[in-house]
Amino acid sequence: MRRKTAARSGPGYAVTTVAALVLLYLVFPILVVIPLSFSAGTYLSFPPPGFSLRWYANFLGRADWLGAASLSLWVGAAVMFLATALGAPAALALVRGEFRGKQLLTGFIISPLIAPVIIVAIGIYFFYARLGLVGSPFGLVIAHTALGVPFVVINVSATLQGFDERLEQAAMNLGATPWRTFWQVTFPIIRPGVLAGALFAFISSFDELVVALFISGTSAVTLPRKMWESIRFEIDPTIAAVSTILIVLTGTLFLSAELLRRRSERLRSAAVPEDLVAKDAMPAQ
Amino acid sequence: MSTTLVDRKRLSRTRLSHPVLVVPLIAYLVAFYAYPVAAMMLRSITDPSWTLENFRRAFENPVYLHVLWLTFRVGVIVTVVALILGFPVAYVLARIDRAKSNLLMMLVLLPFWTSILVRTYAWMVLLGRQGIINQFLLWFRSREVLVDDLLSWLGLPNEPLQLLNTSFAVYVAMVHILLPFMILPLYSVIRSIDGSLLRAAEGLGATPIGVFRQVLLPLALPGVSAGCLLVFILALGFFITPALVGGPRDLMIAVLIEQQVELFNWPFASALAVMLLAAALLVFAVFARTLGVTEALGRVQQR
Repeated sequence: MRRKTAARSGPGYAVTTVAALVLLYLVFPILVVIPLSFSAGTYLSFPPPGFSLRWYANFLGRADWLGAASLSLWVGAAVMFLATALGAPAALALVRGEFRGKQLLTGFIISPLIAPVIIVAIGIYFFYARLGLVGSPFGLVIAHTALGVPFVVINVSATLQGFDERLEQAAMNLGATPWRTFWQVTFPIIRPGVLAGALFAFISSFDELVVALFISGTSAVTLPRKMWESIRFEIDPTIAAVSTILIVLTGTLFLSAELLRRRSERLRSAAVPEDLVAKDAMPAQ
Repeated sequence: MSTTLVDRKRLSRTRLSHPVLVVPLIAYLVAFYAYPVAAMMLRSITDPSWTLENFRRAFENPVYLHVLWLTFRVGVIVTVVALILGFPVAYVLARIDRAKSNLLMMLVLLPFWTSILVRTYAWMVLLGRQGIINQFLLWFRSREVLVDDLLSWLGLPNEPLQLLNTSFAVYVAMVHILLPFMILPLYSVIRSIDGSLLRAAEGLGATPIGVFRQVLLPLALPGVSAGCLLVFILALGFFITPALVGGPRDLMIAVLIEQQVELFNWPFASALAVMLLAAALLVFAVFARTLGVTEALGRVQQR
């Protein structure tokens, strides 16, 4: 009797099986693309007729693909810096500040995450059409920053929550200026959150298609935009090769962001007990 | 003594952070996000002059009404299927020990992190006429006469099935893409449920279904609402996936908006966008009433 109760307290076999099948459904399509990218055949046939790197060579050898990839990297990097510069101070004000309408402002800042992106896309497209910004990389940076900034605000806010402000007071009581206190005490502790937010902002721009579809014109074609055209008009395994590169790249970046997030959680929880403050929260200053 | 401490604390607070720090971001978002969207929406009633013509057109033409209905139906079906598939995953991940669930969570996060375009493309590879599923079916039929007979009896001819560019493909791919948005909030809520409550219910003789209905589900309800809210709103505005894997009959509102923009029917496209946004806000308001906006969004952040 007791054994039976103990056995039932974990998830049952039926539920576990269903969960395993759903997990398979989640991962299988992504794993299928990877072997196809190494196919020797010209079509997406499965199993691949032989091993070859020709589709990677095709990607790396074509100016239109490389141009799109480098544009996406540049735009993503610019978005990362701009979104962090705007988002991190805002997070500081939102978490620490007490002012009216704070909830409303937070909701407004987060709203690009949940608003249907097609609405934002055509709004910006009409706006840019009037300003003559369609087809400019600068225009892409401006638009993608608005969409990427919530990630910075969310991640930095999370790190600031539960931040022990006595550390800053101690620094300032000992004569440090606020500026110096920020860079020598506050920033080292919230750094993982800032970096994670920056990475999320980069990827959100690097992967963004819908806005780019409208505003990149013919002169600022990003990688997702180029992929979209290629998927619609020329189904060959080059797309599989590009997809595989993207899966590995974004997977690695997100994993780094996730590890940073966990690290900042550890740093924060370590910063709370008094006796640990000196040892753990301020490493090697 | 204590007052000086408080004063000092207040002083340092105002020094290291000031509400003014939020101003650049707000100014930026107003200029490059809120203003363009507001101007676009205004266009739906002011272009070329004050008029409700664009909305009348959307509501009077049965084709457009059908698109609205179809978008809503896809949203509901995708949300319900995602809930049914996502709940067992969230439950199992929340009830096994941390080390294992962190590892298995990667299987949820890897697709979540992969771009929507890549995931949609993966489904095109799987579902196409020469795709993996069709090739597997044909191969299986050529090997097993019994399977062949069974499939013929079911009315499936011995040739590749039309899977891509159907509603089926839209549902399969959209559920796949949106499932993590259901699993993550559910997981964080179920993880926080005290396991001894479930064990107590079992110990007192509840059947597994009884435990689920009377204990687990009521406690997991905030996660259910947050997940459904996210999936439904995101599904309403889906563009890439229906455009690539849907058939000509699976026209969703976002795809229609894009087509109208291409045709330079900008005021009409704006009117459709206003209707989409109104639907999203309505859904959001309904859910926010039942569980609170911060709670709904907070669950997403704690992935």
